[in-house]
Parts: sequence; structure tokens; C-alpha cells
Amino acid sequence: MNIVVCVKYVPDAQADRTFSPDDNTTDRENVDGLLSELDEYPVEEALKLADATDGKVIVLTVGPEDATDAARKALQMGAHEAVHVQDDAIHGSDALATSKVLAAAIAKLEYDLILTGMASTDGSMGVVPAMLAERLGLPQITLASELTIEGGKAVIRRDNDASTEIIEASLPAVVSVTDQINEPRYPSFKGIMAAKKKPLQTWSLEDLGLTADEVGSAAAWTTVTSVAERPARTAGQVVTDEGDGGAKLVEFLAGAKLV
Amino acid sequence: MPADRVMPTAEAADLIALTRQLAHRELAPQVVRHEADEIFPRDTFRLLGRAGLLSLPYPGEYGGGDQPYEVYLQVLEEIATVWASVGVGVSVHVLSCFGPAEFGTPEQRERWLPGLLGGEQLGAYCLSEPHAGSDPAAMRTRAVLRNDEYVLDGVKAWTTHGGQADFYKVMARTGTGISCFLVPANTPGLESDPPERKMGLTASHTTSIRLTDVRVPVENRVGAEGEGLKIALKGLDSGRLGIAAVATGLAQAALDAAVAYAQERETFGRAIIDHQGLSFLLADMAAAVEVSRAAYLSAARRRDLGLPFTRQASIAKLVATDNAMRVTTDAVQVLGGVGYTRDFPLERYLREAKVMQIFEGTNQIQRMVIGRSLAKDTKGIIRTAEGS
Repeated sequence: MNIVVCVKYVPDAQADRTFSPDDNTTDRENVDGLLSELDEYPVEEALKLADATDGKVIVLTVGPEDATDAARKALQMGAHEAVHVQDDAIHGSDALATSKVLAAAIAKLEYDLILTGMASTDGSMGVVPAMLAERLGLPQITLASELTIEGGKAVIRRDNDASTEIIEASLPAVVSVTDQINEPRYPSFKGIMAAKKKPLQTWSLEDLGLTADEVGSAAAWTTVTSVAERPARTAGQVVTDEGDGGAKLVEFLAGAKLV
Repeated sequence: MPADRVMPTAEAADLIALTRQLAHRELAPQVVRHEADEIFPRDTFRLLGRAGLLSLPYPGEYGGGDQPYEVYLQVLEEIATVWASVGVGVSVHVLSCFGPAEFGTPEQRERWLPGLLGGEQLGAYCLSEPHAGSDPAAMRTRAVLRNDEYVLDGVKAWTTHGGQADFYKVMARTGTGISCFLVPANTPGLESDPPERKMGLTASHTTSIRLTDVRVPVENRVGAEGEGLKIALKGLDSGRLGIAAVATGLAQAALDAAVAYAQERETFGRAIIDHQGLSFLLADMAAAVEVSRAAYLSAARRRDLGLPFTRQASIAKLVATDNAMRVTTDAVQVLGGVGYTRDFPLERYLREAKVMQIFEGTNQIQRMVIGRSLAKDTKGIIRTAEGS
């Protein structure tokens, strides 16, 4: 079974993250990037499925030059091949354009299953899996906390607040997985060495038959118009109970329009 | 703030990144509980073993990572920055494999190394005795050859991983000399005492090992009879580099915590890092950490080139552990009263630093090694990295 896993290179969530003042996009210059933590789960799930079926795992990432690091991390974990779509024109793309690029790249690959994480840890949109399925004309089953493949079908469990759904779809399908589905492995040093020899292709927009005006900030349906740092937390107000504590408390809450 | 590093290869850089991720995600959350409750983190060593971090400086054909000491020691430093007890443990394990890897016959390497380097097993070594620490040649543990077996009797002291290890590298007296033996932990007659009640490194168990009529086959002797002390001392040169790296990591951790605190804490209307008195203290700490790192890396690069490095290893151990003692002490000073409480890790760092001036050869022994070497090699040979 051939499994394509879409992964994203994101700024390290442990570091101080900022926006670039020029166009309000994520500032990638001043922070280390890495494979989105939520994308380690689909990679792990793909590796387990591939192990069980003697299959192949192809990781696909769209991003700037350094995004190769995310693809390489997946190769170090055990993925077999990687594709990195890199083109300066892609900078500033919204989720819609990202799904267009991913779909065009996937169309060039052989696949039985497409896996994604539940959302990125930076943009946190969570809509790319659905958009991707729509563009490829494939069924989508999202937010899987369990995945099994049987008889040409993908079956997932989706845990909701008050219910659990079992959903199936015919293959090929797009499946997004949550952080509950498995415990991602760490690469080993042997994996690091092995990854050096694995195929890692870089494709441009032209390779995908796309043009610059279909992607990037100019083609985006949404724009971040401004960003502001959350104001620093200020000290709370202490209400001293002099017999009228309750009244003062209500007065405070009413003043903040909370009651 | 982790140390800046320049690594010799891309895979070595990825290895450091992997180490940091493991240390941050898996080790850091466990440190306080294990140190406070004196619990040995056996699973942590399995995790590091599976990632390949317990066998980095050994040959790939036996399951090692084929990495130079320059790289292995920086991985060790990164581990120790987060958890000194585990850093010491990795160094001890690597040293316990040194005998069979360097002095074993091809058959012994074939038989032992895949297991020792595979990551699932943990090693320990027994050199010191209650009355023979700095002077190992005074040891009394005996190994007597009877038919095809050596019979070992005696008591070994200060064994790191005592009671936890899967195998022990044991030095014992044979005839007039000392020989080196590999003894599986489940060999009848090998018993571990309860862990010593130590000042620091409390998650690392240090015990006495009692050997009573312990029988091991002749094939378990590493090197020739009488070669044991040479193997032990040669191993110690490398072990000292390991401890220098661990001490550097511990000092880095103390510096990082002190700098972070000094940026937050305000007195007289500004952050204490902006007061020259404390800023100079922090500057001296930073200088000490960098000097420690430079000293062990310089010695490691000599080792990697196959050059003599005994003196440089002793200098690195001496400088890095004395610096760690001073840096961790000054880090407590930067935090003031809270640095002395157990709510912050600084007092623990200080307690952990002390033993590093003592084990793997006391710093007095290091000075003796350095002093003796001064009388010998003063040729000022100029060499190139390509050899000759």
C-alpha cells in the first residue's frame, strides 16, 4: 500500500514566535523550524500501516527551503521517500492555495491512502484535509483516533464529546488523524544515517503545472490585516470583605459585563 | 538557552537535535521526581539505547554509531544539561564496553558487543575497593583459575549502576597482576548492596558489589592475564573525557537557570542582570563553561586522530569539574535565598557537581597525572589533522 503523508514545517512552538511586519505572515527568519508535532501522528500511523502491508510511505511538504528539515525528520523516522514543493511564489498562500499545491503534487504520485494531521501547530486552520479531498474528488474521514484498513476500505473511530462514531470510506481516501491515535516514535541514529540515502525530490510550481498567480498572498481569499501582541497581564483587583464583599464582587463582575 | 555548537557533519547536527528533543520531551519531566525519590530511571536508558545514544563511539559493525569522541561527548553534554545522573550513566555504560571493544579478541567482540551496544543492556564497572580507590593496584579481589573457570572473590566499591546493570566489567587480581573480566549480572554469587546514601546524583545508584565464589568461563577474560590495570587506566582516559563533558553540561544548566532568573528578578528598579556586580559574576560563569567545553573538545579531537591524550584528558576533567563546582556555587549566589531552596534546581546542581571532583580519578590524581606527564613529553611536536 502506498501512503502519502502531508506534513508541515512550522516555527518551534516552544520558542517566541512573531509575525513578519511586512506582510503579517509567520516570521520564519528568527525562529527554528521543525516538523509540526501534530504531523508526527500521521507519519507514525503511515509507518505502522506500511510495516503491516509491506507498503511505502511518501512524505509531502510544501514550504520554504528549510522545510526540507520536516521532510527529512519524517525520513529519519522511517518514511521511504519525500517530496518537497518549494517555490518563492507560494509564500503567503492561504489554506485554499496550499490545498491546491498539495493536490497537484499528490496527483503526480501513486497512492492508496492520504494521511494528514488534524491541524498545523502554527496556523491551526484544520481545513486542508477537507479541501484536499474535495480537489482530488476523494472521500474524506477526519479526526480519526483509530484507523484500520480492511477490504479496500478505511475505517476510523472519531471520538466526540458525547458519542463515538465509526466511519468508513472506500480507498483511496483522505484521512486526518488526531494526537490520540498513537505514540509517535523518535528517530534513531541509524534512522538519521539511513535517511541520508533516501530519495528527496524538490518540485517547483512549474513541475506541478501551476502558475504563480494561482497561489501566494495575491491569490489568497483571506488576508491577515493586522496583528498585535496580547497585552501583558495586569495585576488583579483584590476585594476586601468588610461585610459588603458580595456586593462589591457583583459590582466588579457587572462592571466587566460578566453578569 | 542551549549551547551553540559547530558539528563536523550534517548527521552529527541531526544527532544533537534528536538528543535535545529526547532530553526536553522525555527526560526533563522526570528529573525532579526521580532525584527526590532516588529512583533509577531504567526505562530512560532503554529509550536512549533504542535511539542509538548508548553506543555512539563504537564500530557500526557491532551496533555502534561510528561517531568520533568529538560528537559523542557533545551528545553526552546535552544529556547532562538536562539530567546529570543520566549523563553519568551513559558515560559509565560506554566505558564498561571499552574493554571488550578495544582489547577483546575478534571472537569476544562478535559474542559480546552486539548485546552490550544494542541499547537494551546496561553496563557497569567494578574497579575501586573500599581501601583501593585512587590506588587501584592495591585491590584485593582475586580471580583464581580452576579448570576452565575463573573463581572471583572480593568486594568492589562505588559501582555506578550496581544492582541495575546487566553486566559488570570487573577488575581482579590474578597471580601477581590484575585482569579484566566480563561478568553477567545474573551470575550466581554476584550480589549488590543497597545503594549508598549520597549527597547528589541520587537517581544514579552507587553500590558495593560482593563477589562470593563467582565463576566465569576463561572466555570472559578480556585481554591477557595481568593486562587488567592497563585496560582500566586506558579506559579511564576516555571516561575522564566523559565526565568532563557531563560536568560542562551541568555547569551550562546552572548558568542557563541563573541567567534566566537574573533577567526576571528586579532589585533597585532594574533586572539584576543589569547590575554590574551580578553581570560580572554571570560573565565569569559563562567564561568557565566555554573553557570547559573547549578543554574536553580539544582532548577529544586528539583522541579521534589517534594521538596521545592522557594529559589533555586529565586537564579537561580537572578544569571542567572544578569549573562546574564554582559555576553551580555561584549560580546559587545569583538566585540568593531561593537558590538555596529545593523549589529551584540550583542547590541540586551544586550537590551534583561536588562528586565530579572526586570520581573517575580525584582532581588530586588528575594533577598527579598532569604533573608526571610534564617531565616526559616536552617535544612540542607539530602535527596535522591528516596524520603524521
